Amino acid sequence: MKAKIRKIVTTVEETRTEMGQVVDPPVRRAVSIAVIENPFAGRYVEDLQELIDIGEELGGLLAQYAVNAIGIEGSRAESYGKAAAVGENGELEHAAAILHPKLGTPVRKVLGKGAALIPSSKKRGGPGVTLDIPLGHKDAAYVRSHFDGMEVRISDAPRANEIMVAVAVTDSGRPLPRVGGLTKDQIKGDDGLR
Amino acid sequence: MPEIAIRKRIITIEEIFHEGGPPVKTPLRRGALVAVIHNPFAGRYVEEIAGFMDDLKPLGLAMAQDLAAALGGAKAIEGYGKGTIVGAAGELEHGALWHVPGGYAMREILGGAKAIVASTKKVGGPGTRLDVPVTHINASYVRSHFDAMEIGVTDGPKADEMALALVMTTGPRIHARVGGLKASEVKGEDGLR
Repeated sequence: MKAKIRKIVTTVEETRTEMGQVVDPPVRRAVSIAVIENPFAGRYVEDLQELIDIGEELGGLLAQYAVNAIGIEGSRAESYGKAAAVGENGELEHAAAILHPKLGTPVRKVLGKGAALIPSSKKRGGPGVTLDIPLGHKDAAYVRSHFDGMEVRISDAPRANEIMVAVAVTDSGRPLPRVGGLTKDQIKGDDGLR
Repeated sequence: MPEIAIRKRIITIEEIFHEGGPPVKTPLRRGALVAVIHNPFAGRYVEEIAGFMDDLKPLGLAMAQDLAAALGGAKAIEGYGKGTIVGAAGELEHGALWHVPGGYAMREILGGAKAIVASTKKVGGPGTRLDVPVTHINASYVRSHFDAMEIGVTDGPKADEMALALVMTTGPRIHARVGGLKASEVKGEDGLR
């Protein structure tokens, strides 16, 4: 493996009630985050291929951790998102190299499908920085019930020469969706949008 | 006996491979399970609260079992700790209700662990972070196992809620090397050494 991983943190959140209403089945959201060494920390490097390859490795690994943590088959996942936080000696472009060129394909392999764009966010920050990972339906970006977000944080990461890479997966949308829009039973799933 | 109203549960597992030193063969695992529940005493002073400890026992047991399972089973567990964040309409004393049901649940499912369960608590709003202390399950003085795990819930506890946390670890700090009592030297009689 090209990525030098210091730790992997996986969190599953299970919401059972919201505003006194029972959420049945519970909404489950999982995120798995790898804390890796940034090979380009502290210097300007033009060619970011190494980080692009690391993104490809981590996509499959983290998606698998996340679905395992929920305890479902990948094909039962409904929404997803990704994010990265670069330590202070790195560049925002390093996060982009990990997230955008190659991370998505192995994530979609784990989940069976995934016609929709994987929503993403990125930032630079110090240890304990919070990442708000945007979430959207994996097969149709316009499914309104699945527009969501998940906050994650690791108290000791990213250190200056590290990058946090996160992949989030859910088995459902928001707990009590009722603002209309495209619903998941109306998905055509051809164009990734509807 | 009032039913415990759980709004959400969060399980976090950390797998630590190294921290700048030599990578270990078996990664250290640290896990936390947090349950956000309704605080039945929020918003007023209630004198008699101790009965709620019994009500929390089944929840404590279920949480301890689920957390140990997520870390590879009770046999793998070497360190533990617990903590509470009480929402703003509650009292620090409400957080103390977790000592007995949280602590004894872990000791029971870990096969009668001997050491007192390290703990901490505070009153706070949604997003409050809590550093839960961790010590060896059979001997509090084992220096390699002094550790801590930060927990928190973005949208909890609300004012009328409490976040109850259990933490377990599968071994010493990743590059432990500051001496003291070793896990291999534990007598395991008094919970201290």
